Amino acid sequence: MALGRQPVPHSAPETRALLKRPTWETGLWSWLTTVDHKRLGILYFVTTFAFFILGSLEAAVIRVQLAAPNQQLVTPDFYNQLFTVHGVTMVFLAIMPLGTAFANYFVPLQIGARDLAFPRLNAFGYWAYLAGGLIFYSSFLLGGAPDAGWFAYAPMTMTEYNPGQGIDFYMVGLLISGIGTLVTAMNLIVTIVNMRAPGMSMMRMPLFPWMMLVTAFLVIFAFPPLTIALFEVIMDRSFGTLFFNPEGGGLPILWQHLFWIFGHPEVYIVILPAFGIISEVIPTFSRKPLFGYPMVVLAGIFIGFMGFAVWSHHMFTTGMGPMANSIFAITSFVIAIPTGVKIFNWMATMWAGRIWFTTAMLFATAFLVTFTMGGITGIMVAVPPFDAQAQDSYFVVAHFHYVMGGGALLSFFAGIYYWFPKMTGRMLSERIGKWVFALVVGGFHLVFFPQHFLGLLGMPRRIQTYDTGLGWDFYNLLSSIGAGVLGLGVMLFIFSLLRDMRSGKEAGDDPWDGRTLEWSISSPPPHHDFGDLPIVTDRDPVWLAKHPELIEKRDELSESSDGAPEAPNAADDEDELVHIPGQSWFPFLASVGLFVGGMAAVYHNWFLGALSVGFITLCVYAWAFEGVGGHYLRVRPNERRSTGLASIRPLSEMAGKGQS
Amino acid sequence: MLRRKGPSRLLLIFSTLLLGGCALNGPQSIFDTAGPVAASQADLFVYIFWFAVFVFVAVTAALVYAVFKYRRRGDDDGSVPDQIHGVAWLEAAWTVAPAVILVLIGFPTVRLILETESRVEPGQQDLVVNVTGYQWWWEFEYPELGVTTANELHIPTGRRVVLNLNSGDVLHSFWVPRLAGKRDLIPNQDNQLWLSADEAGLYRGQCAELCLGAHAYMRMRVIAESEAEFSAWANSFQQGGAQQVQAQVGTPQLEAGKALFKTKGCANCHAIAGYAQGQAAPDLTNFGVRTSLAAGVAENTPENLTNWIRNPQELKPGNLMPTLWAADDPKRDEEVAALVAYLESLGTQAPPTASVQARR
Repeated sequence: MALGRQPVPHSAPETRALLKRPTWETGLWSWLTTVDHKRLGILYFVTTFAFFILGSLEAAVIRVQLAAPNQQLVTPDFYNQLFTVHGVTMVFLAIMPLGTAFANYFVPLQIGARDLAFPRLNAFGYWAYLAGGLIFYSSFLLGGAPDAGWFAYAPMTMTEYNPGQGIDFYMVGLLISGIGTLVTAMNLIVTIVNMRAPGMSMMRMPLFPWMMLVTAFLVIFAFPPLTIALFEVIMDRSFGTLFFNPEGGGLPILWQHLFWIFGHPEVYIVILPAFGIISEVIPTFSRKPLFGYPMVVLAGIFIGFMGFAVWSHHMFTTGMGPMANSIFAITSFVIAIPTGVKIFNWMATMWAGRIWFTTAMLFATAFLVTFTMGGITGIMVAVPPFDAQAQDSYFVVAHFHYVMGGGALLSFFAGIYYWFPKMTGRMLSERIGKWVFALVVGGFHLVFFPQHFLGLLGMPRRIQTYDTGLGWDFYNLLSSIGAGVLGLGVMLFIFSLLRDMRSGKEAGDDPWDGRTLEWSISSPPPHHDFGDLPIVTDRDPVWLAKHPELIEKRDELSESSDGAPEAPNAADDEDELVHIPGQSWFPFLASVGLFVGGMAAVYHNWFLGALSVGFITLCVYAWAFEGVGGHYLRVRPNERRSTGLASIRPLSEMAGKGQS
Repeated sequence: MLRRKGPSRLLLIFSTLLLGGCALNGPQSIFDTAGPVAASQADLFVYIFWFAVFVFVAVTAALVYAVFKYRRRGDDDGSVPDQIHGVAWLEAAWTVAPAVILVLIGFPTVRLILETESRVEPGQQDLVVNVTGYQWWWEFEYPELGVTTANELHIPTGRRVVLNLNSGDVLHSFWVPRLAGKRDLIPNQDNQLWLSADEAGLYRGQCAELCLGAHAYMRMRVIAESEAEFSAWANSFQQGGAQQVQAQVGTPQLEAGKALFKTKGCANCHAIAGYAQGQAAPDLTNFGVRTSLAAGVAENTPENLTNWIRNPQELKPGNLMPTLWAADDPKRDEEVAALVAYLESLGTQAPPTASVQARR
């Protein structure tokens, strides 16, 4: 019996809980104690948006400063803080957790589960991420943000060169938000492996949970080296150890290896969820199944593996020698092959379809072009002799913004336009959407395309200003104008979000003629997601339920393990009892402990640090022993039949329906 | 051996046109190559660039075709298109095709890595320079010539120059795009970069690895000149030359400037051969011969030098040179003028080389 599938009603057990399990359903307290994956998903969305806007504001200041040569609007020190915080914000606090936001909300819905495997751990993941983000951002108010770039190369981070607290905020902030990322990844793995709906074999699973599964494994293997590196810098700075400090014989290059063996998989941690979203959006709006599903899955897994074999291509100019450079160039080339396979398969999915160009599909199409460009420049910078010129120039800045912004962010726009109706029950305005699309995509290319030329003209990244006469003025101005256009698009998007959340057109359950399980339930989904657990016999269950005549044309791989999956649902004429996990204070409180402890570590207040560790231990203990909690929701037979796969497909046709 | 800028020049012109006539020339352009290393790197880029154009055009064309051909039209009847789950041979084809292209790119890549990035043993003909990066300036030491200077690297044309790279503090990266791609300067790590210049000229470069503070102002110049000019320049640093400089200080203003160099504390950080031994800041021996000041930030003119000494933070924000005079210090103008006169006189007794003269 898979985890969490068959709740057995029983009376609430006697527990000696430290705090009574809260039951608020509205208001601030309900949000602080929620364990519902949808509410946590919304918290993730709101938080990542807030960080995204902060990161964008920093970028805007950068572009204003660089709009013309020899400007002194911000000092070099503040400029260094701006791009450092911009980079960390976008990578760690905006784009990566935005993938988690989608996963939190839609992985359970897509695999037909009622929540993640460990709801309280899920809440803890979110609060730890927020605690890390707040520690990191508080540096701005508390005497100076980190200024050593988002990859914080040693020995710039050593106390001699960076005596302020900024670097400590960076190290501790990432460490704590990394805890959140790690536990959420483990939670996702357990959920995806164990809690798929009856009959949903791995090869019937939608692409988005597939890519989240690969991403979660990447997180688990990539974050430990980062954690070690962060700890070592904290040790160097706090206790005078000599991991990276060259004064005592430390090796600055070691930091680069540790950082990038995390940092390159991190690129795929950011981009694979995006690939997953694209793989949902394109088939839906092309009205065709994903072309070459097994290849797309395998390509994602292969990218995940190879992601660990290419880290040194960030270090081609550090003098690793011709052998290492050749090998890492070749492994980097190899990773382009599965990436290309995905692009081609998405295009083939569109081919001979009936492509419905909603805003979501427009963004997905723009993603294909933009990401292809980022991939092509990726091959260029993977060539060490050219990278010798391109490394640390604006060419690289252009390249990774095409991958991170053009790749991940455009696909997240697509994802939001695609799933907003499911989350809110209302449509985002398509009319405004087309404008958002034009401004965001046009602005994006206007910002970043000229930066390729800046790099080729010899402009290094991370310079606060530049002299005139180097041929950089025009391209910089173009890029800054583009930032304005892009900003306009983002503002319009936010306006549309805020307006349509309340007053958008009613969406209905299935506005896009969807293919996967989330489109079989109401919008927004009920607290318990699924009345009856769906019984899945196909890859695109909702689509095939709507088009039973297509079942004989389905993919052979999707057919293989039919039979009648055991369904844990109650008999047809009985009430279904759905276990709703109880809310809890402890994930939130433990994260408060992390926040205070983190601040204590930044300020070397070891007494407060010890207190925090004690407090966290107490929270974990109380958490472990607060009992099962929760309550059972009674779903009447007629409600059970009104949503879910059963409501789409005639009951008589339903293979192996619940008899237990 | 490396190919010089040859047939690929033509391709380069085409690619320039293709990019909409965008100007790709400039004092730090990687395409305005002036040496074999940079030329081979640019050639390889152009070679790859054409594959990139091919792939991009093919993908985009197919996509645009699909977008227009298969878009849902106004008269769509809601029918379901053919449900194709995959075509094995097609997927095999587009797995293999990129691999073929990557092999075609891979071979010249590895060849050029071996040619340009292998460690070389400096031979008789080669010029060795020890380069040390500091926040935010460069030290150039010619061990065979006994010359130490800063921020301006003089090299003879046509000879291989082997640079031993090291850092005195944080990471830096040596980058003179027209001569060669960059290589990082890392403390406790002996990195090497070699390059050579085909023609005489002044080549701009700047630090490419974030080094905090005034990173944007850590620039440099490479001055490539004929063997004769290079020897003359190097000779002006020899023992005799330095002594000569001292001997000729004569006017009261110069004497005052020379004295101020010590009394105002300049000598605590700066060295002048035979006179001052500071180690923390650029060596100012023969400063008058330099074309630039403050690590390539401004031309070396008396006006710029005056501004630089009066208010270092204005010209190069974030740098470590202290401001020595309060704004209301009555002696400021007089003392700065004396220091400027003294510094500009250094090395000028040795005849400046013709090409440097022309570029001033």
